[in-house]
Amino acid sequence: MSDPLFDPARWTPAPLLPRRDARDGALVFVVAVLCFLACLTAIGALAADRAARGWTNQLADSATIIVQPKGAESPDAAAARAAEALAGVKGVAEARALEKEKAEALLEPWLGREALLEDIPMPRLVSVELDPKTPASAADLDKALKAAGVQATVDDHSVWIGDIQRGAGVARWAALGVCLLIAAAAAAVIGFATRAGLAAHRDVIEVLHLSGAETGFVARLFQSRFALAAGTAGLFGATGAALIAALARLAGGGQGLTPVLPLAWLDLAAVLPAPFLAALIAAVAARLSADRLLKDLG
Amino acid sequence: MRYGRAPEILKDLTFDLAPGSFHFLTGASGAGKSSLLKLIYLAEHPSRGRIEMFGRDVEAIAAHDRPHLRRRVGVVFQEFRLLEHLSAFDNCALPLRIAGRKPSEYREDVAELLGWVGLKTRMHALPATLSGGEKQRLAIARAVVARPDIILADEPTGNVDHGHAIRILKLFVELNRLGSTVLIATHDEDLVARSGQPVLHLEAGRMIRYGRNGPGADE
Repeated sequence: MSDPLFDPARWTPAPLLPRRDARDGALVFVVAVLCFLACLTAIGALAADRAARGWTNQLADSATIIVQPKGAESPDAAAARAAEALAGVKGVAEARALEKEKAEALLEPWLGREALLEDIPMPRLVSVELDPKTPASAADLDKALKAAGVQATVDDHSVWIGDIQRGAGVARWAALGVCLLIAAAAAAVIGFATRAGLAAHRDVIEVLHLSGAETGFVARLFQSRFALAAGTAGLFGATGAALIAALARLAGGGQGLTPVLPLAWLDLAAVLPAPFLAALIAAVAARLSADRLLKDLG
Repeated sequence: MRYGRAPEILKDLTFDLAPGSFHFLTGASGAGKSSLLKLIYLAEHPSRGRIEMFGRDVEAIAAHDRPHLRRRVGVVFQEFRLLEHLSAFDNCALPLRIAGRKPSEYREDVAELLGWVGLKTRMHALPATLSGGEKQRLAIARAVVARPDIILADEPTGNVDHGHAIRILKLFVELNRLGSTVLIATHDEDLVARSGQPVLHLEAGRMIRYGRNGPGADE
């Protein structure tokens, strides 16, 4: 009589490592948290980069002219003359003299309402919108003002643009550094888990080894196991980060959660590689750890 | 051979196992029987001397070639070393799986072998649910399933009654008849005497008898 519970013809090989391990849950949790943090960092970096690009574009497409009236000419007349001179310059879309009230409104955040007294000489400003395709340079504007006999200072916002670009660059490198640190931490955790797994399953490994299994055969068992666990954890972490980002996007409308970090729906795609990267890092870390430890078996 | 800095467990041994031969390895507990088997199944390295298997000095064999040599040796461990999370069928099929064979090629062979060792109705069972004798027979089936050139067994009748011991002995004799070289470490003098096979006898790490029919036989 054969085994009524077993049909050899339908048999498929069972996993050589025990299916469940008490440590797997903790490992999945840790890697999921690391992936969650990495994904949030990546989404934050994308939003910061978008904000920086937006600000840079806005500033690059405009210039501010500070007009100092000469002699008996009134400030308003000098500003109007400057706007008229600049309107004809190639690469200028629009030049508009700002009224005194608008100039005060621009200065109020820095000086305060009380300081804006009548007897303080208030410079007049001319706002210049540049043609985005062929913008006029600061030198072109300065030349036109001099030709019109207007004494003025041209601010093409290059100092601000430089500061913003430097800030955006620092944010990008910081995000990359954080992501690399998280990847290194994940690799270390997987390496530790592999060593613990090898120690826990030493009896299995010895039998495989003495039955003629090559080091690569045994290492692949751990490589597959930890890649699967990390991939699953990466999926959890990435989903969590995408949900948080989606909530932030929904809560903040078109601007995202805050104008400082304008999120776009496309930014959520940044989490897509996370499960695959987690699985890849886990596979490499597990393989290296297993190879090193199995070499000792001879 | 020595473990770490401990005194030598085996010393000055010189013997040959001819292809297709059958030998018992006898000796008291601690005489070095298991250590000698470990040297042969490449679980340990000799601290001095030379071991030649299949015409090759095993210490000169590159690490990546040693697994191939191990596949030519089937081992029945004293403590069985069955994988507790695998069924009897999976345990038995293990060496074939390691050798890279496709399941479709060996399913029927494994089932037939398990039937041959009396485990036809226990193929699905986990080792924890098997009796001592069943575990022993499963360990033997796993050791021979890949048709190794050498079969080493460490006290294969240590956990079974006399009747089962005789059945196991017959199993090894049959495997030897099919072409495998067999070396069985045992302290069961009755089994040795009943078999009439040549004996290697160890005492305090030295081989003091190398002949037929056990103690007192031709030196």
